[in-house]
Amino acid sequence: MQRYRFLKHTADAKFQAFGRTLEEAFSNTAIAMVSLMWDWEKIEKREVIQVEVEGRDLKQLLVIFLEEAIYLLDTKNFLLSSAERVKIERRGRHYLLRALFKGDRYSDKYKIFGNVKAVTYNEMKIKSNDFFMIQVVVDI
Amino acid sequence: MDLKRIDDFAWEIPKHGSMRVPTVIYTSSKLLESVKRDLTLKQAKNVACLRGIQRMAYVMPDAHQGYGFPIGGVAAFDLDEGIISPGGVGYDINCGVRLLKTEYTETDIRGRQRELLVEIFKEVPAGVGKGGTTRLSRRALEEVCIKGAEWAVENGYGTKEDLLRTEENGRMRGAVPGYLSQRAIERGIPQLGTLGSGNHFLEIQKVSKIYERQVAEVFGIHSVGQILIMIHCGSRGLGHQVASDYIRLMENKFGTKELPDRQLINAPIRSKLGQQYYGSMSAAVNFAFANRQMIAHWVRNVFAKIIGSSEGIDQVYDVCHNVAKFEKHRIGNELKEVCIHRKGATRSFGPGREEIPAIYRSVGQPVLIPGSMGTASYILVGTSEAEKLSFSSTTHGAGRVMSRHEALRRFKGEKIKQELESKGIELISTSWKGVAEEASQAYKDIDEVVKVSHQVGIGRIVAKVVPIGVMKG
Repeated sequence: MQRYRFLKHTADAKFQAFGRTLEEAFSNTAIAMVSLMWDWEKIEKREVIQVEVEGRDLKQLLVIFLEEAIYLLDTKNFLLSSAERVKIERRGRHYLLRALFKGDRYSDKYKIFGNVKAVTYNEMKIKSNDFFMIQVVVDI
Repeated sequence: MDLKRIDDFAWEIPKHGSMRVPTVIYTSSKLLESVKRDLTLKQAKNVACLRGIQRMAYVMPDAHQGYGFPIGGVAAFDLDEGIISPGGVGYDINCGVRLLKTEYTETDIRGRQRELLVEIFKEVPAGVGKGGTTRLSRRALEEVCIKGAEWAVENGYGTKEDLLRTEENGRMRGAVPGYLSQRAIERGIPQLGTLGSGNHFLEIQKVSKIYERQVAEVFGIHSVGQILIMIHCGSRGLGHQVASDYIRLMENKFGTKELPDRQLINAPIRSKLGQQYYGSMSAAVNFAFANRQMIAHWVRNVFAKIIGSSEGIDQVYDVCHNVAKFEKHRIGNELKEVCIHRKGATRSFGPGREEIPAIYRSVGQPVLIPGSMGTASYILVGTSEAEKLSFSSTTHGAGRVMSRHEALRRFKGEKIKQELESKGIELISTSWKGVAEEASQAYKDIDEVVKVSHQVGIGRIVAKVVPIGVMKG
């Protein structure tokens, strides 16, 4: 299965990520997003960061999850290579997500070629049929 | 969608459905084609549905699809009935433009543009992951957020005259750093004094044409060939975090069910959350003013080092183009204070407005319109007519017509650099990919955009400038 693909959008970046499970689709949105900034396949997995986020619904959960990667870049120079062991569960009226972010700190061996300012709700879709599809527009 | 042509440069979406007011789009038939291709009109219609909106929703000539408000969207809200919306300001709070004039001419710096640019590139951190050279304590950052450019001047970056020539004198009064999240502060600390990336740039420019000599002279612009410096950047991660934080807080407080677009989440202006957003947004505005103040200071130092002196390098003005503010405007027969949202739009006050510097009060404020990378930029002057036409607002730039993805497919950074060099424009950047994404062909024609502003009367063309050296973040 293709992990993600980019679609046309005038100003910002719009992509769709796919997965056999919701968790896999979430994980693929993260690498789709960071692919706008660096080549995630080239980032060594030298560091593991535990991520735990909560959202009032799946869309908000997705925004908070993706923004975690932007926050780690801005404050710790952390370059995400993969989001692994993603687990999403319902906790009362909220959703809880746990994941392991694997990647490395920025150094001269890595090339950064773009910036994602924020994750938006515009044209956001989370769909499930035979597989899960998530569509996101990020502000760049 | 029903779109009614009013005249050559104005179209209207008449009030229908849940719209509370009509929407007016200032554009030309040529520009309208690209506006129709994306969600701009639908988003403009959504803005007109918001509570407490006054008179009309306006869309500026460089409009394109945004999130929530379209880019180029202007709306004013009643202070009691109305709302304030992070989606009406944007993620890059106080993204804006600062223009410095010099007393140098093209001849004075000929052959040394490259040297100047390389040195500026060394002094001004740019690109993703590049922290600033000033690492602040949390306390100092809070001071930056309260005082804005004033903090920078107190700490040796630039002069008091710069403050007088900055929108809000470089300091929004309502800033409350206590309302910022820990994350906003953490993201702000390493990024003060950095240009950033994306469409942000710093240009050495020369005046190529003066249209209104008398006004230009008031702005300090007196001859063709005069060298200017333009800085385009914003509040970096701190501002982005403020927007994200308050979108979430407002969602959690008010829910998202009634919204035509989730990105239009908002809070009543008078509510606690509305006030907290305003306090945080103002803090981010001040961060951005301080940011541009520091960068301007470093550019002056580079001129002093390479050319020998920074004397006569004075600020023309500094404008915000993503902001919400309280301003007095005429609504019906009444002059009343409203909350104006300008998202990708520049304030355009005409003569007499007390908010603009005394030195410009006889002619109107300078309105600085950056073009796309390597193309012309314009200096406009605010007009009195703009008050009734657009709540004193005009365009903010060229506006994209092509996705970054498409631009990457079509253009190569190295090739663009060669083309610019053949036109006598030096380019320096942190990323070839970034250069390709910002190719001028991916933007609307800036000449057409400012022509609409001029014809409508919301901002008159004073001078055209062209780049001779571009540093892209």
